[in-house]
Amino acid sequence: MAGKTLNLTLRVWRQKGPKDQGGFVDLQAKNVSEDASFLEMLDAVNEELVGKGDEPIAFDHDCREGICGACGFVIDGEAHGPMKSTTVCQLHMRNFTDGATLTIEPFRAQAFPVIKDLMVNRSAMDRIISAGGYISQNAGNAVDANAILVPKADADEAMSSATCIQCGACVAACKNASAALFTSAKISHMALLPQGQVERKERAIRMVAAMDAEGFGACTTTGACEAACPKDIQLTNISRMNREFLVANATKREKHSDGGAG
Amino acid sequence: MSGFLGSTVGKKYIMGISGLVWAGFVLAHMAGNLLIFVSHDAYNAYGHAITSGNLLYVAEAILLLALFTHVFMAFSLTAQNRAAKSSRYAVAASGEKRVSLASRTMAIQGSLILVFIILHLITFKYGTHYETTVNGVVMRDLARLMEEVFQMPGYVIWYVVALILLGFHLSHGVGSSFQSLGLMEGSYRGLWKKLSYTYGIIVALGFIAQPLYLFVFAH
Repeated sequence: MAGKTLNLTLRVWRQKGPKDQGGFVDLQAKNVSEDASFLEMLDAVNEELVGKGDEPIAFDHDCREGICGACGFVIDGEAHGPMKSTTVCQLHMRNFTDGATLTIEPFRAQAFPVIKDLMVNRSAMDRIISAGGYISQNAGNAVDANAILVPKADADEAMSSATCIQCGACVAACKNASAALFTSAKISHMALLPQGQVERKERAIRMVAAMDAEGFGACTTTGACEAACPKDIQLTNISRMNREFLVANATKREKHSDGGAG
Repeated sequence: MSGFLGSTVGKKYIMGISGLVWAGFVLAHMAGNLLIFVSHDAYNAYGHAITSGNLLYVAEAILLLALFTHVFMAFSLTAQNRAAKSSRYAVAASGEKRVSLASRTMAIQGSLILVFIILHLITFKYGTHYETTVNGVVMRDLARLMEEVFQMPGYVIWYVVALILLGFHLSHGVGSSFQSLGLMEGSYRGLWKKLSYTYGIIVALGFIAQPLYLFVFAH
């Protein structure tokens, strides 16, 4: 049984490429099912555009299950739209009112150049991960469950931080385009677990350096990132990152030039 | 060390520490000023006790250093932040994803507070030098100057507006400092935040009470 339908005006940011100036274009989305997701609504608009021989709106998407972090743009000034803890692919049209005008823009940050329309290049985040967001030791075979003891509170906290899907909404929502929430979630995740201890200090130093080198801004604790995050990553991670970074800088040892004991 | 101080995280540590120095100072300044409610003599004697020792120069040097550091870092970080976000959204976020006004406008608040500090020093510290005698000691009659200044409605309004701004700045700034210093993780997180709001309100109300009292009752 078909549900209610909506008619919407979309003010969509159209930009041909990174060098293009870009601007808003008004498009109509007619007879949108309220059960459709936001991306499905855009799919329908795109089909109509293609039918008329126009260029479809370019936007990122992949799993459409709120898991992968590939999708994301800004609806009426809000990254991933108005609903909290929701990716734009899991945002449903029932949350909008009939006749509304929606302004749709790409994530805006100097470190996220626009590729086309609503697509931005988020590889700056990959480079932060490459700087230290991993454990390089060979873990060997899988050990017995609970062979490595982790306090429940730490495991829970590490798991919460690890749920970051690297979608970039935190950067998009921040008035300083700061990647502090993302970077801190990745640093926290491993700093809280025994496996992450070996490279803990190096990781904090290198990931913060990479974050700064990419041209992200500083955190001013507005909390916009936390509010926009589809995975509810907490600001507390940023505080932990700051402490990790301080302690790492204060206590790191210089590498031995003779290579140490063989 | 240069790696730490040059990073955005390191700069926030400096912002936080220098900000907390001033946050502590304004509370002490406010508490001392409340002596005007006791008597003019008590207020003047307190002022005299503070200004007659050498310790004042040390305190002033620390405050000046903290202020310069805070302002310099603020300019440096604001420039960096603006460069990181060169274009804005056409529509501002509303509803649950909106963030507090205090947190969004720290740089503007800070700039106005800096103007206030300069004018405040010109009016009071370097203002008219009246003298009075309390318990046989000749000292500056700051209470008289204060009473005169706060007869002017324009000055009272500007003073109250500036102090509301300061309260606003502190309500976000104190908590934000703890966040920057890495202390906002763990069980006291909620408490720190409440402390920050309360701090801003107490400092602002404490300061504002004086000009309003003098304007209304000291004719």
